[in-house]
Amino acid sequence: CRCRTRAAAVGTGRRPPPSVRALAASALPGKNEYDLLVIGGGSGGLACAKEAAQFGRKVAVLDYVEPSPQGTAWGLGGTCVNVGCIPKKLMHQAALLGSSLKDAQHYGWSISQPVHHTCVQNYVKSLNWGHRVQLQEKKVKYFNIKGSFSDPHTVRGLTKAGKETVITADNIVIATGGRPKYPVHVAGALEYGITSDDLFWLKESPGKTLIVGASYVSLECAGFLTGIGLDTTVMMRSIPLRGFDQQMASLVTEHMESYGTKFLKRCFPTKVEKLKSNRLQVTWKNADLGTEETDSFNTVMWAVGRAPDTKTLNLEAAGVKTNSETGKIIVDASEATSVPHIYAIGDITEGRPELTPTAIAAGKLLAQRLFSQSSELMDYDNVPTTVFTPLEYGCVGLSEEAAVQRHGSDNIEVYHAYYKPLEFTVAERDATQCYIKMVCLREREQRILGLHFIGPNAGEVIQGFALGIKCGATYPQMMKTVGIHPTCAEEVTKLHITKRSGLDATVTGC
Amino acid sequence: LFLKKHKGSNDTSQYHLQALIEAAKYGKKVMVLDFVTPTPQGSSWGLGGTCVNVGCIPKKLMHQAALLGQALQDSRKFGWHFTEEVKHNWMTMTESVQNYIGSLNWGYRVALRDSKVTYENAYGEFVGPHTIKATNKKGIEKLYTAERFLIATGERPRYLGIPGDKEYCISSDDLFSLPYCPGKTLVVGASYVALECAGFLAGLGLDVTVMVRSILLRGFDQDMANRIGEYMKDHGVNFIREFVPIKVEQVEEGTPGILKVTAKSTTGDQIIEGEYNTVLLAIGRDPCTRKIGLDKVGVSINEKTGKIPVNDEEQTNVPYIYAVGDILQDKLELTPVAIQAGRLLVRRLYAGATTKCDYVNVPTTVFTPLEYGACGYSEETAVEKFGEENIEVYHSNFWPLEWTVPSRDNNKCYAKIICNIQDNERVIGFHILGPNAGEVTQGFAAAIKCGLTKEQLDSTVGIHPVCAEVCIQSHLKVTSKSCIHGILG
Repeated sequence: CRCRTRAAAVGTGRRPPPSVRALAASALPGKNEYDLLVIGGGSGGLACAKEAAQFGRKVAVLDYVEPSPQGTAWGLGGTCVNVGCIPKKLMHQAALLGSSLKDAQHYGWSISQPVHHTCVQNYVKSLNWGHRVQLQEKKVKYFNIKGSFSDPHTVRGLTKAGKETVITADNIVIATGGRPKYPVHVAGALEYGITSDDLFWLKESPGKTLIVGASYVSLECAGFLTGIGLDTTVMMRSIPLRGFDQQMASLVTEHMESYGTKFLKRCFPTKVEKLKSNRLQVTWKNADLGTEETDSFNTVMWAVGRAPDTKTLNLEAAGVKTNSETGKIIVDASEATSVPHIYAIGDITEGRPELTPTAIAAGKLLAQRLFSQSSELMDYDNVPTTVFTPLEYGCVGLSEEAAVQRHGSDNIEVYHAYYKPLEFTVAERDATQCYIKMVCLREREQRILGLHFIGPNAGEVIQGFALGIKCGATYPQMMKTVGIHPTCAEEVTKLHITKRSGLDATVTGC
Repeated sequence: LFLKKHKGSNDTSQYHLQALIEAAKYGKKVMVLDFVTPTPQGSSWGLGGTCVNVGCIPKKLMHQAALLGQALQDSRKFGWHFTEEVKHNWMTMTESVQNYIGSLNWGYRVALRDSKVTYENAYGEFVGPHTIKATNKKGIEKLYTAERFLIATGERPRYLGIPGDKEYCISSDDLFSLPYCPGKTLVVGASYVALECAGFLAGLGLDVTVMVRSILLRGFDQDMANRIGEYMKDHGVNFIREFVPIKVEQVEEGTPGILKVTAKSTTGDQIIEGEYNTVLLAIGRDPCTRKIGLDKVGVSINEKTGKIPVNDEEQTNVPYIYAVGDILQDKLELTPVAIQAGRLLVRRLYAGATTKCDYVNVPTTVFTPLEYGACGYSEETAVEKFGEENIEVYHSNFWPLEWTVPSRDNNKCYAKIICNIQDNERVIGFHILGPNAGEVTQGFAAAIKCGLTKEQLDSTVGIHPVCAEVCIQSHLKVTSKSCIHGILG
């Protein structure tokens, strides 16, 4: 709720001129209660708070989870731990194990027809507890309140019990992240649909599911639901995985189709209604055919993007500027907002990757710059990532299209290969979409601009290569590296067919 | 160019095939001799060498079978329901593995034929300068001459030289095509061959014992080696330490039968006996260099080990004779190294290239139940070479996310990197113990080749949530005598 205003004891809301930015952090020493106040107890926020506490600073963290429209809420830890990376990867693992069960039979194991039930909430709950204990150990004060600014150094909020708390701090870090968007023009979207906020906490199986969206959230969720045996459909308005390399994105969705996920391409929903049977009737338009179609599902999940959680922060009272289109907070290279002593990290910031490890790294470095004489800025270049679809896609650096755009197709060389993981052979699994692509500059040195890998354990494969790219790895250096045999990763060190040559890129031999 | 590969052709062959194919591409007339002398138990195999037939490939597939057994158990905790009793059928697995290998053998023959490389299934030996005698299975001899020769004959498993070893024991040459389940098995040796085989046999549900004369994984980082041993022990593999077998007798015939093994302590007079269905010897491998007529052409070998010394261009002391792979002295016995060396050699000989094989910082992986990936120096070698005060070791335990739900093996996985303080904290050693260790290690090896420093390691963003991220972004802590930190989430 919007709080009653109270005369602020410190600060006037006037922004100090840039020339005194450096002093802002120590303005009004001793008048503020805390050295650092972090709003948002997620990946970025907690990392920043814990790091600052290590330097002996007085730190407080505010965390509050507004329940989803369906009423789902969770504990400390943010999106990643509660409704993101962690439960996602565990559900993905559950689905992968389903494939393992099938493979096992080829390898000599005899089991009956396996069937899937249940979920992974318990582990997630134990992680919450771990985070609270860590904060206590590091002497960070934790408030389970929803904060909002009353002035640039003051944040207030109500606890669930209705008690008002006011906190003042020299430095404030906003790390409130984002929440799933609901489609605005679809009747029934809010009442009947769920999002990833709800999916991992469902008490019952979602049953026959429609997921609307083409984001990695959509594809990853559709992937694991298919894997545990559910009838799953993805509805996409246009291209899959916007922003990712499109050739790789196609291979990912191709694999999902052969895996059993249904796709409604170039379709968008118009309404969702509840039937007497409690099933949901979805009506949509097919943009290609110009037709209107319907079908019924047990669950409809929206995965149409995430919006930053800034509305209730009352940023105006602090003078923090946001991007008018996205609503995200504008920051500079040091994570500072338009107000010198107020910073922002993580999914809430404009122009940054929405990833846990970048938020964590940015948070730690920020704390080091604020409290320990460091000047190291966060490097957002060449951040590796992985999409945990049934056949995983890991990448680092530029997509092929971005490289072409930046350097021109004559100035880049793309090496590629279709390979087959050894473990797929005996298991008689289809490896059609197992593919690797390395985008390099064509000039003498042949520096690597981007690496893309589709296959099992894609994240494990890409991590080390991302390091190599940070070291300025070149194609010749990659070729000098001896492979580890037999692995999938070694195929990266053996890439030698270029797209330009037009030759068959299928790896032969074992 | 003449390629000799026989007596269980070594790993180089399958890519040697590519090296040969390249040589053939340069318009050279190329011939390959490959011949497999059957094992004492009668096992033999086709074209492709150790890796494809009795090494890397079947090993990894059987390792996978064992991992799938574990996956079956895990899957129950992830909500999968199926029969309580789960059994493994050795024949189903072995047939599938052998079928796949057969397809590889065939693929190589086709590849050679398509590149017009002449292949003969015959045993080659030098009889005079530039001249080789090839004897096929039927005993028919032919003579061939060539401008250059490449010896890539690889190695075969060593026997103990005790009563009953050749009659009753098997080796890795026999294991992967064994036409019956090995049953209760004694593995003699502490090499990666021994531990990998013991590991997957136990994973398939067999009663396995490993008899170790002294240390595990000689030549590897010993802290890592001991962790591997501990994990295997925790997972049901029995270890008999500091004993060597002195005789093997047959108690009962059969497939498998029952064998009695008598062993003597290496530290005293104690004698023990045990009964097993199968005894697998994995005490080392010997190069196939002593009976191929090397003396006739003057190629020197190390008389003690049988290995062939070469210069940095893989050339023996006889200028027109080269060697690659497991038979080389002071080089790593690994498939990819042999491939790399062979390919680069051909390019130097026939395409005017100058690049030599880079044997430094070659990564490797031991596919034990808990996999171990490594690149660069072991901790002890680093200390020896640089001095303890000049290296910094960063390490951490970690718990793969996928193991949390089944609540298994908390704090067993482990990663460590060794840095050279005097050289900008350059990473000189990388070690990881955990699932998919090979997949993780490969990229780090590439980064090490690019001169990776600790600072670059710390400033690289991790991929979340995967095991590999434990190694970057300051997740690793400096070694302190007091404690090791675990990683949360």
